[in-house]
Amino acid sequence: MSQRKVALFVTCLVDLFRPTVGFAALKLLEQAGCDVSVPEAQTCCGQPAFNSGDRGNAQKVARGLIEAFEPFDYVVAPSGSCAGMIRKHYPELFAGDDIWEARATALAGKTWELTSFLTDVVGFDAVDASYDGSVTYHDSCSGLRELGVKSQPRKLLDKVAGLNLTELPGAEVCCGFGGTFCVKYADISNAIVADKTEDILATGADTLLAGDLGCLMNMAGKLSREGRPVKVRHVAEVLADMTGDVAPISQGPES
Amino acid sequence: MKATTHRMKDNAVDAMANPALQDSLDRMKTGFSSKRAIARDRLPEFDALRDQGRDIKNRVLANLDHYLEAFEEKVIAAGGKVHWCADAEEANAAILGICQSLDARTVTKGKSMISEEIGLNDYLEANGVTPVETDLGEYIIQLRHEAPSHIIAPAIHLQMRQVEETFREHHRHLDPARQLMEPPQLMGEARAELRGRFIAADVGITGANFLIAETGSTVIVTNEGNGDLTQTLPKAHVVVASIEKIVPTLEDASTLMRLLARSATGQELSVYTTFSTGPRRADDPDGPGEFHVVLLDNGRTDLLGSEFSEMLRCIRCGACLNHCPVYGAIGGHAYGWVYPGPMGSVLSPGLIGIEDAGNMPNASTLCGRCEAVCPMHIPLPRMLRAWREREHDKKLSPRSVRWGLDLWAMLASRPRLYQIATGLAMKLLGRLGRRHGNFLNLPLAGGWTDHRDLPAPEGATFMQQYRKGRRATK
Repeated sequence: MSQRKVALFVTCLVDLFRPTVGFAALKLLEQAGCDVSVPEAQTCCGQPAFNSGDRGNAQKVARGLIEAFEPFDYVVAPSGSCAGMIRKHYPELFAGDDIWEARATALAGKTWELTSFLTDVVGFDAVDASYDGSVTYHDSCSGLRELGVKSQPRKLLDKVAGLNLTELPGAEVCCGFGGTFCVKYADISNAIVADKTEDILATGADTLLAGDLGCLMNMAGKLSREGRPVKVRHVAEVLADMTGDVAPISQGPES
Repeated sequence: MKATTHRMKDNAVDAMANPALQDSLDRMKTGFSSKRAIARDRLPEFDALRDQGRDIKNRVLANLDHYLEAFEEKVIAAGGKVHWCADAEEANAAILGICQSLDARTVTKGKSMISEEIGLNDYLEANGVTPVETDLGEYIIQLRHEAPSHIIAPAIHLQMRQVEETFREHHRHLDPARQLMEPPQLMGEARAELRGRFIAADVGITGANFLIAETGSTVIVTNEGNGDLTQTLPKAHVVVASIEKIVPTLEDASTLMRLLARSATGQELSVYTTFSTGPRRADDPDGPGEFHVVLLDNGRTDLLGSEFSEMLRCIRCGACLNHCPVYGAIGGHAYGWVYPGPMGSVLSPGLIGIEDAGNMPNASTLCGRCEAVCPMHIPLPRMLRAWREREHDKKLSPRSVRWGLDLWAMLASRPRLYQIATGLAMKLLGRLGRRHGNFLNLPLAGGWTDHRDLPAPEGATFMQQYRKGRRATK
């Protein structure tokens, strides 16, 4: 069987703030036997403009991404939100456009969120990782509701030696990030994330995981501001056994 | 009702600083959503029912004129009258006209969001007719001169002690020794107070959950039975409903009712479901002598056929409010108009204009939970985005935001330039944040760092490292 030609969509937040997540995704995809490329012409999926009602600028950015990823069998992103943008919203973004609608739809059909790709497409279960700790998992809204990502990360985490998962009450409730919402409506966003941190603490877990860096930075930022001793990581860092490579996004008060 | 959605951010800050409200919202969030989940799980065909419900309403919306005319014909055949009203002014005038023709001094009212939408109570009062709300929640907020904060639970923002205070203030004959600590006691007190009002009322006004084209019937569902007394005791029953409430048949209405109560309160059905067809017939033991249906458009035909058409499938169950993190944080009043939460954020700009309601569609994380629980599969996030597009196209969004997006898109569509610029920025940020791992505040990032730390970037971007040859493992 020829290897699957996979393009890794690093996503803008991972590229800028947390490159380790990108390298973890790369490692996992290679472990799963994929032929992985990272097209250099990628930047962002266009969500900030799309969700702000700026269709023109969203299309402008999306066209570049479509061109960059077209030659591959699959596009995989360590983010439900960015994968959801391509998969669910690109066809709608270009609806009625003779040329781009078909190209957007074709790309949508082969774009996946990382844990969902590993589980649902490749059937990968040879996770080679260990994590000494109790974790809880937040289901990011886009991944959960746009792509149906729920069991996939749990299936993979189940293979991590030493890891003990406690379910988060209200795991499906938004953390209040919402892209630009968190700065445009900062007070409301804060109230929502404050509820979330209470739920996280109630689990007693020492580590919070999720599959979207936006949500993770939001929750980590709040936990850190509250001085909570909870470590926050992207699920890919744990699955790729790269927790030794980089400090958690938040790790509580400095000693 | 005067919209205050332009002040929504300030309203929200006030709401979040109100401990009584926050306590009420905390209860509501867990209460309604768990009841709905249990009711859904008990009914294996719930999702199939949702598809049927959506299809019924789509059929209605595609043939709205036909069903409305068929409805009117049946109402007339049953001895009633239909008043077609383009806007709030016409509807209010029609209702006042009916009251005046009967020399009505007081009217009892069942809960009706449409009458809130048209500002009926204020209008009647200004014209010498006293409206008395008979739904417990509506009665409480009427005494307090407040608007409903939720479409099915109008007084959800209040706590029991506040209700007690309100009753003690307004019920002149209330014995100070009487206990008013429990819901049944409060309910009993309101019931005693309202009993005489039901009998004295000249006209009874209710809303309608459904209008049935097949029979010319109107349907209301309540849990208190107040709707029945409102519509059967007075000389006339006035139903005020918006045009999209029509459904073709009795069977269709029963399909939608099975969705409504489960989605709203987790009940199988509401306690009372009342069908009204025309005024009292010669051999009826009771019932109103006149039956009027006030059919309100108020901007809805403009939504029909637009990208917001699907909003007209809404059956006002409130599930989207109950599951919305923003509604749960700020409550209904902060939205600043009659319909709050996700359904309100889509409907309101259609009724009062995006110029006035701009904050509503923007104050959403687009988390999609509203769509996931909507019994009618209304694509609320898509329509919230569509309002944002209208706002952007009309240049109503702040210029700084639009310029920011232009600058960002200019960079993001030129990968090489983007990577150089972001690479430099992250290097700088990474260096600044290296000591603490977090920014406690950062110029231009106040919206974030007022409440949260900003995790510092690792330093070099992924693209820089990849270009230098770093691969999967170090």
